[in-house]
Amino acid sequence: MTFLLQRLLWTLPILLGVLTIVFFLLHLVPGDPVDVMLGEQALPADRAQMRAALGLERPLGVQYAHYLARTVRGDLGTSFRQRRPVAALIAERIPATVELMLAAMAIAIALALPLGLLAALHHGRWLDQLASGFAVLGVATPNFWLGPLLILAFAIKLDWLPVNERGGLAHLVLPAVTLGTAMAALLSRMTRTALLEVLGEDYIRTARAKGLPERHVLFVHALRNALIPVVTVIGLQVGVLLSGAIITESIFDWPGLGTLLLGGIYGRDYPLVQGCILVIALTYVTVNLLTDLAYGWIDPRIRRP
Amino acid sequence: MSPSAPPRIEAPPRLEAPARAARPRHLSRPARRVLALGALLGVGFCLPALLAPWLAPHDPLALDLLDALAPPGTAHLLGSDAQGGDILSRLLYGARISLLVGVATVSVSATLGIAVGLLAGYAGGWSEQAAMRAVDVLLAFPGLLLAIALVAVLGPGLGNVVIALSALGWTGFARLVRGQVLTVRARDYVLAAESLGAGHLRLMLRHILPNVLAPAVVQASFGIAGAILSEASLSFLGLGVPAGTPSWGAMLAEGRTVLVEAPLVSVYPGLAIMAVVLGFNLLGDALTDWLDPRRREA
Repeated sequence: MTFLLQRLLWTLPILLGVLTIVFFLLHLVPGDPVDVMLGEQALPADRAQMRAALGLERPLGVQYAHYLARTVRGDLGTSFRQRRPVAALIAERIPATVELMLAAMAIAIALALPLGLLAALHHGRWLDQLASGFAVLGVATPNFWLGPLLILAFAIKLDWLPVNERGGLAHLVLPAVTLGTAMAALLSRMTRTALLEVLGEDYIRTARAKGLPERHVLFVHALRNALIPVVTVIGLQVGVLLSGAIITESIFDWPGLGTLLLGGIYGRDYPLVQGCILVIALTYVTVNLLTDLAYGWIDPRIRRP
Repeated sequence: MSPSAPPRIEAPPRLEAPARAARPRHLSRPARRVLALGALLGVGFCLPALLAPWLAPHDPLALDLLDALAPPGTAHLLGSDAQGGDILSRLLYGARISLLVGVATVSVSATLGIAVGLLAGYAGGWSEQAAMRAVDVLLAFPGLLLAIALVAVLGPGLGNVVIALSALGWTGFARLVRGQVLTVRARDYVLAAESLGAGHLRLMLRHILPNVLAPAVVQASFGIAGAILSEASLSFLGLGVPAGTPSWGAMLAEGRTVLVEAPLVSVYPGLAIMAVVLGFNLLGDALTDWLDPRRREA
């Protein structure tokens, strides 16, 4: 219980820090953000209205306090191009991003676990080399290259899969593979390393010496323990997936948070940009928290002081 | 007695020259891998990047719409892009941008991160807490997000890209170095120097810093790979270099518009990014093996 409480308290200063950085983003804009957003030819009345809407005429401390207060209430401001609350715009886009990330993660895990397992079992042989090659190449392949190549091969040349629309499972395949490949590469390597380490442990030798069937030793004794570090990496990789999703969504015109953020950036819609950045960062902090808690739950040794 | 044995016994008087000449043959496997990868990256990436003005057959910014999407041939060795730019020349100049961003980002990140990590680990107490909490806050922005946020407000440009990437890049160095300092700080030779009256600055710079740098070198290699990939990502999204600049990421973005007619336009810059990122990642792995004494002895 103290572990849970400590970990929760630990998160509070980080949340405050994230909120503070996002607040100051608007103040990092070179020159006058109102000029940048509206253009220098804007009417004085419009400029004054924008200035008031952003609260820029008030002292910085007051702006900050007001920003914290409204953000905690879930008010992320108003998009000045779409003239709608940022929170509502984001809420509409979250399902698409979550769908894409879950699919990418599922593909990564489905690919990485068997690959890592096979590599560990064939340690040093050609299957292991092949898996290592995939791991090294997969991490170095830019997803903004893989995506277009997959589109070219499977959507244009072979015409097997659709692109540029969100719809059924078929629409999900190419974006999910694009986003999930790097994670699959990393996870397969992690699984292999963790399994090799566990397979050298005394309790594995004991299990084998007891005469347990190899399959039982492998799946019940070895894999379960090897998965502990793998689960942590999956949690940490959510961050990579979140930022990878921004690029993947832009390649596939996927109507998620990433394309919303990029649209905000291209349109200099700073309240929208701030809102998206904040929500993505908060999601990441939450996932990290959950990963830590899950880790403590899977591995009771962590909870002990 | 075998014919090769006697010279070994008689050798000792001539120590200097033969020992040096013989050294390369006795390099450990990881050391040879580091050398090979370093040479490969030097010849395959750094040299072409530095010599781009002399190697490039065309002006990378010269556009010729009449000569757009030319297939590979004598006029354009790797073909031309949708605006008629020479792909080979743009790739060579793109290597310059990648090299510049990679080296600049890692230099800024490493200097800042090592300084913060060294001071935090050495001083301890509230300043260490403050520094490490700042690191935690920055790490709450996943991957590219902080860089995207920063270039979104600062605007495109190589300098802004380096600032945006370093804003997160230093945290890795700071965490690493601080952790190392905590272990080195308590070693006997540091305590000995301290008891002999060495000042804080001398302890930090002469006794601690040299012994925490090895992992930072490894981190630098991975850092260059990451920075190159990040710059390409930002430029792909149109947020990195200004429009028209021959960055590999920007070339990929342009290639996307002609993916069907001329897939090769997209293939080359992607291969270039992959090869260079792969090279620095492998160099990082090799450096880890080489610098880790436990693995070196094996």
